[in-house]
Amino acid sequence: MAHGNEAAGHGNHDGPPKGLVRWLTTTNHKDIGTMYLVFSLAMFLIGGLMALAIRAELFQPGLQFVNPSFFNQLTTVHALVMVFGAVMPATVGLANWMIPLQIGAADMALPRMNLFSFWLLFFAFMLLISTFFVPGGAPAAGWTLYPPLVLQTGTAFPMAIFAIHMMGASSIMGAINVIVTIVNMRAPGMTLLKMPLFSWSWLITAYLLIAVMPVFAGGVTMLLTDYYFQTSFFNAAGGGDPVLFQHVFWFFGHPEVYIMILPAFGIISEIIPTFSRKPIFGYEAMVYAIASIAFLSFIVWAHHMFTVGMPLAGQLFFTLSTMLIAVPTGVKVFNWTTTMWRGSLSFEPPMLFALAFLFLFTIGGFSGLMLAIAPADFQYHDTYFVVAHFHYVLVPGAVFGIMAAVYYWLPKWTGHMYDMTLAKWHFWLTAIFVNVLFFPQHFLGLAGMQRRIPDYPTQFTDWNMVSSIGGFGFGLSQLLFVWVIIRCVKGGQRATAGVWDWPHGLEWTVPSPAPYHTFEKAPELH
Amino acid sequence: MEAPRRKSNRGLVARLVLMTAGSFAFGFALVPLYDVFCEVTGIGTRAELSRAATADASAPDVNRTVVVEFTASVPDNGSWEFAPVVASMEVHPGRLYEAHYTAHNLADRETTGQAVPSITPLRAARYFRKTECFCFTPQKFARDEQRELLVRFTVDRDLPPGIDRLTLSYAFYDVAHVAGGAG
Ligand code: HEM
Ligand SMILES: [Cu+2]
Repeated sequence: MAHGNEAAGHGNHDGPPKGLVRWLTTTNHKDIGTMYLVFSLAMFLIGGLMALAIRAELFQPGLQFVNPSFFNQLTTVHALVMVFGAVMPATVGLANWMIPLQIGAADMALPRMNLFSFWLLFFAFMLLISTFFVPGGAPAAGWTLYPPLVLQTGTAFPMAIFAIHMMGASSIMGAINVIVTIVNMRAPGMTLLKMPLFSWSWLITAYLLIAVMPVFAGGVTMLLTDYYFQTSFFNAAGGGDPVLFQHVFWFFGHPEVYIMILPAFGIISEIIPTFSRKPIFGYEAMVYAIASIAFLSFIVWAHHMFTVGMPLAGQLFFTLSTMLIAVPTGVKVFNWTTTMWRGSLSFEPPMLFALAFLFLFTIGGFSGLMLAIAPADFQYHDTYFVVAHFHYVLVPGAVFGIMAAVYYWLPKWTGHMYDMTLAKWHFWLTAIFVNVLFFPQHFLGLAGMQRRIPDYPTQFTDWNMVSSIGGFGFGLSQLLFVWVIIRCVKGGQRATAGVWDWPHGLEWTVPSPAPYHTFEKAPELH
Repeated sequence: MEAPRRKSNRGLVARLVLMTAGSFAFGFALVPLYDVFCEVTGIGTRAELSRAATADASAPDVNRTVVVEFTASVPDNGSWEFAPVVASMEVHPGRLYEAHYTAHNLADRETTGQAVPSITPLRAARYFRKTECFCFTPQKFARDEQRELLVRFTVDRDLPPGIDRLTLSYAFYDVAHVAGGAG
């Protein structure tokens, strides 16, 4: 695939085995990174198909294509696939590929565990997606899995819980691997505060994963025992409380959204300097900002639960702590902007995606601030306004970050430049359609359209049509993305080691494509 | 990989695995912590809501009137008719009152129900005292049996001044289905 037999030059090392065996047995961080990225792309397309089915149904009021129960299955599995199958594995793939190259390590610290965690993830999603074919269909209680509704899931219930356990274990292993690699394998002289920001963002993400993924695993385990073993963690009749699940879920769930966005922050912090031809403004502030965001993410979870009922003091606390997150986030946006100030900018595809990230993620941040105001949230909660908010932070936020990273490092992976014109087409189509798709959802939400329903009152028709058109435009544009990548893997103009005009960092000192084995001898740092 | 590094990797992995286990345990610790939190903040624990309280009904505050509303719900695992006899009452804090619900077993078999109470607004919960309640014990119903259920309560005289209306709500569960999972 990405890197044929380029390792030939390395006398004492064999290249990878040929064919399928290579992908089943490899412990090479680049191979595993590639597998994660390809897997994530596949999940992105599968989750995307579900989204298109949802948007097709919502194009008009009334029921056209799917019945309500299947609609709920689609929204639930779409979200699970996108969050745990597309965004998270993509960032893990990038971590696998790039962290060793950025810190001058020969591989990840725990290569066999690395391979295991990939296949665990793979089977987790095969299991999850197969629930569409069991009696009763896939889980349909929403990705938040709230009881008591989720306890009405049929045959799919244990399968979904087991899939969540597996993917949780997989991401925890991935996180342990990243931490051990960064802590123990940095090249001599690569002090923590010299480390590239992408690696930094992942170090902190990894700690977040270790802190909250097991809590989620515990929560779904309690669901499982409530279902099978008559415990009553969440069963009011038996003395439990369903609201407790919401606390457990969001104690995980809010940090989880930062697990998805922090690596993107890291990526943007690599790309903006490169195409501004200036070092990042306020490097240390960037590190501390990520750390404070990670810390704050633990004390804001109940902003998802304002409407559940909580004392006034609770509402005040969670409103204010949530708003506090805007401060370090503001620092980051400020520093990215200042990095560009008086830089000599150029607008290659990675930079275009990074700039769109900057604008559109910020819109998502603002709608987040609106939602953080408890009395206002009573109106917005569970409407399309929330849907608009989280899609702005996740699609032109996390997903654009990932696409920017792919366009940034693809020449390093494949050794070829990609077709810049096509990539720019991909960018413009994506950036325009993403707004056509999600911006109207703000209006729908403010006007009172609830989320997670297959049908709606007719006054919402116009904006839903616009949104659906945007959805199909966005979906089709991604085929262009796949095409650009395939063409770049197959061939194209040879990429130099530096690839870009103003490369900075160790990954640009190795040839393109990056040889199968790099930094076997630790690089010299000046 | 050189031996010392491998050793330090192993140590770090062990520490991280320990952290993971700690987080997992913390998830479960949230269950008792949740109750503790509710108790400390006065929201009231679930156990407390279903426990008999003693009430000193000697000196009611007749200058103050509070409305107590009654509501009922039947989760979809039960087949009952279940409703309060009166929708609301005006009460004086400190005096003992009685209210009734009726329940009718619609299942064609003997059934046992368990009522789970809740009070809103939440911060009023600890000022609402039940001295006797059908929710303290499971209620057995013969086939097609219909009967009245009693709750005896007082509203504490210390009820914060801002509150002039309380809602007492019961959900009535079929005990047989509670344990059954996918009911
Ligand atoms: C300044 C930053 C942010 C603030 C103040 C904020 C605030 C909020 C609030 C208050 C809600 C709950 C709304 C409701 O349910 O009524 C919410 C929902 C959500 N947010 Fe954010 N948010 C921020 C950033 C992010 C980021 C960076 C992400 C992900 C990358 C994210 C993802 C989500 C998701 C997925 C939901 C909906 C979860 C669900 O109910 O299914 N948010 N946000
Ligand atoms: Cu949140």
